[in-house]
Amino acid sequence: MNVVMLFGICAAVLVGLGLFGLIVRPHPLRKILALNVLSSGVFLLFGVIARRGTAAGLGGDPVPQAMVITGIVVAFSSTAMAVALVLRLFKESGAVTLDVAEAEPAKRDGG
Amino acid sequence: MTMDIVFDIGLVALLISIAVWSIVARDAFSAIMIFMVYGLLLSLAWVRLAAVDIALTEAAIGAGVTGMLLLNALARLRMTGSDAAPAALPLRIAAGVLCMLVSAALSALVLFPSGEPTTLAPAVMARLGESGLENPVAGVLFVFRSLDTLLEKVVLLLALLAVWSLAPDGLWGGIPGLRVFAEKKSVLVFLAQTLPPIGIMVAIYMCWVGASEPGGAFQGGAVLAAMWILVMVAGLRKVPSIDSQSVRLAMAVGPVVFLAIGIAGIFVANSFLAYPSDYAKPLIVVIEATLTLSIGVTLGLLAAGPPEKVQQP
Amino acid sequence: MASTTPGGLLLVMAIIIPVVGILIQFMLGGRFVNRIVFVVLPASFAVSVSIFAMIWSSGEPLVYVVGGWDPPLGIALRADGISAAMILTTAIVICATGIFARQEFSQPDDAPEARAPFVFWALLLAIWSALNAIFLGADLFNLYVALELLTFAAVPLVCLKGSEATFKAALRYLLFALLGSMLYLLGTAMLYGGYGTLDIALLSKQVRPEPVAWVAACLMTMGLLAKTALFPLHLWLPPAHAGAPAAGSAVLSALVVKGSFFLIARLWFDAMPGLRDPAAAQLLAIMGSAAILFGSVLALRQQRLKLLVAYSTVAQIGYLFFLFPLVIGAAEPWSGLAWTGGWLQLLSHAFAKAAMFMAAGLIAEALGHDRIADLGGVGRVLPLTLVTFGLAGLSLMGVPPSGGFTAKWMLLLASIMEGQWWWSLVMLAGGLLAGGYVFMVLGKAFSAAAEKPAIAMPVARSREVIALALALCAISLGFVPLQPSELLQIGRPEIPGVVR
Repeated sequence: MNVVMLFGICAAVLVGLGLFGLIVRPHPLRKILALNVLSSGVFLLFGVIARRGTAAGLGGDPVPQAMVITGIVVAFSSTAMAVALVLRLFKESGAVTLDVAEAEPAKRDGG
Repeated sequence: MTMDIVFDIGLVALLISIAVWSIVARDAFSAIMIFMVYGLLLSLAWVRLAAVDIALTEAAIGAGVTGMLLLNALARLRMTGSDAAPAALPLRIAAGVLCMLVSAALSALVLFPSGEPTTLAPAVMARLGESGLENPVAGVLFVFRSLDTLLEKVVLLLALLAVWSLAPDGLWGGIPGLRVFAEKKSVLVFLAQTLPPIGIMVAIYMCWVGASEPGGAFQGGAVLAAMWILVMVAGLRKVPSIDSQSVRLAMAVGPVVFLAIGIAGIFVANSFLAYPSDYAKPLIVVIEATLTLSIGVTLGLLAAGPPEKVQQP
Repeated sequence: MASTTPGGLLLVMAIIIPVVGILIQFMLGGRFVNRIVFVVLPASFAVSVSIFAMIWSSGEPLVYVVGGWDPPLGIALRADGISAAMILTTAIVICATGIFARQEFSQPDDAPEARAPFVFWALLLAIWSALNAIFLGADLFNLYVALELLTFAAVPLVCLKGSEATFKAALRYLLFALLGSMLYLLGTAMLYGGYGTLDIALLSKQVRPEPVAWVAACLMTMGLLAKTALFPLHLWLPPAHAGAPAAGSAVLSALVVKGSFFLIARLWFDAMPGLRDPAAAQLLAIMGSAAILFGSVLALRQQRLKLLVAYSTVAQIGYLFFLFPLVIGAAEPWSGLAWTGGWLQLLSHAFAKAAMFMAAGLIAEALGHDRIADLGGVGRVLPLTLVTFGLAGLSLMGVPPSGGFTAKWMLLLASIMEGQWWWSLVMLAGGLLAGGYVFMVLGKAFSAAAEKPAIAMPVARSREVIALALALCAISLGFVPLQPSELLQIGRPEIPGVVR
């Protein structure tokens, strides 16, 4: 079991965890947190692939590393936007919930 | 060799348990605090994966600014005690099964890769010299795949616009409602007086050195943003209104310079976002410097939120 | 290998010109927004028309290698036949929307910068840039950044009017979209790990039916399906599209959801052609059929006009997924016919739905409400608008002459000739149901018994004309010849094993 495999499994578990939190927790702020865990798992996966691609005297493949840096900035922007929406919703209605007449948002099984 | 693996196993175990804790914690405050610890541990993991550039970015943006953002939100939502219980049992079971399947599939792919590990590292190193840079990640970000970086800057700007657009019509052009804790002799004010000069120097250094060592515009910009937020929260500097000309210019200068140099490349170097061979490094340094400023201002404003007060005339 | 073709610079301009507009707007401030838009919209339109004209006349795709760094190290942009069609359609719809929205979102000359104009025009330009980047992108990670740009530009459009319902709808849309992006990115990671490149052309030569490719395809498709609001992942769409201002809804329904669909097609037909799996294609079309049936039935049950039109979008998106079983693994000439039919459906729906949302918006403005039950007699007040609604409805129903009819006819013929006749039943049912909800509205609007309703606000004739023009575009697509289109075939990769 080397570093690549170890962190690869870690990334896989984090992805599953984040996905679970996103589906299951009803409060939007917790969903946002779960989304961050999910994205950190995805980035870690890129990092594992980068590490596996060590060659030419480098510790890792720089292309996926650059993608992760881009991704972290984009993920932060989306968190900021989502949080701002949550706060605005709270200011408007005094409660933060995504429930309406229709069902809760959830990625359904299957398909 | 074995000591390293033991350390790594410990780190991974800690990471996973903290992530689990953050997801299942009953109250949001604990969850967010734990998440910030998670972010710092993640930076450590990145160092272990030989990606120091990413570790710096993750520590500054992922753990630092994101944590502040979430805590600020929490304070305003006045969420005390545990928030709503998680969803019904059947959904939790179905979701759990689905997520375990996804994790299992990904793990299987990681454990049993097909074929040789593919890598672009040799290709990058072979042509890095043409750009005058020595940091291969900076090379990918600003030379080989610079279109991604340019578009991502626009994404950042759009996110800020989206946050601003949430203000009611009457408050447009006003001041973001960042919570200010301006007590005269508090620790916060002390930190805000001593850290920023150091922080700004660190940011400049990171940006400058990013051409040859790990570092660069994103990391420098994140540190700048963190310092700015600190100074604003401690009341040492006024939060600017969103239609302030200097703020708008600071935000736009990075992408504008980047785009201008890119367009100039069409005429001077035969392709959009190409650099003339002798001037590549200085041009990239200029791009990174202006980008550091823009990213710092944009990230700081993203954390500050939409305008909530009309500015005093 | 990819190398820049003459005229390739147009591809860069298509993405960059709207961005220049946004940056100038930020720097100069909102007071100049009217003038900026007045320059940028025609400029981008000219670029889009040029791209279309070049590809049509030369019959070859346009390629641009950014920075001169060839893939896999660098990024390429590529415009093939379907890109050209999408780019032209996008240009027409966005410019029409710009003219339609000019009055509502005009920045008053001597007033300080106002929120709605500043935000609306920046978002419109950003959506245009993002869509062009999606239609032209040839690198999967570049496409991810473009997808995020599209999401960040579309979500604030939903809550531009600022009410509790729209904030909720925007938040739900954002969460679905972010989940979709993450799944897409996850798949991209798998593909890079497996094949060492994210360039679509290079990938198409290397992807084989193995676990890595399957998992990646599955994840990316699911993520993009969430963004395209295919049943059962459609929950976010109706409140979001109904809550946006009319000009925004037009762009959201006509173009934004098509962006992620375009990527699904790119993925299946261009990036991973070696993975053509008839079973997966059938599954996608089954979900599409469910979307058509459920969406149409739900549309019939709506009480508000904008929600009805939004559910109609949910339904019409389903038709697009017939592309997969009818093209993958099918023989010529039926697969070519189905290919043309599927894309024609997308293009005519874009025009028809934009026209329909504009019409609904005009009705809502004129009456001050959009309750269907109280629409009685509005046909006498806004005859032009109701004609627009009717013409757009013809295209949605698939009644000749209209683009919708030609598209559905091609798909129907292909499905029968290929022995997959069950899809034709769904299409016929969908057409009937669409007729149901369209005539529900028209019947109310032209009902003789009702008195003329009171007008809350008069509506400018020019805006009615713009909406009518878009509806006529949808109708004019009906005159496309009933055969596989050469334009849409430009740049198709050679699929191993399929006779072309």
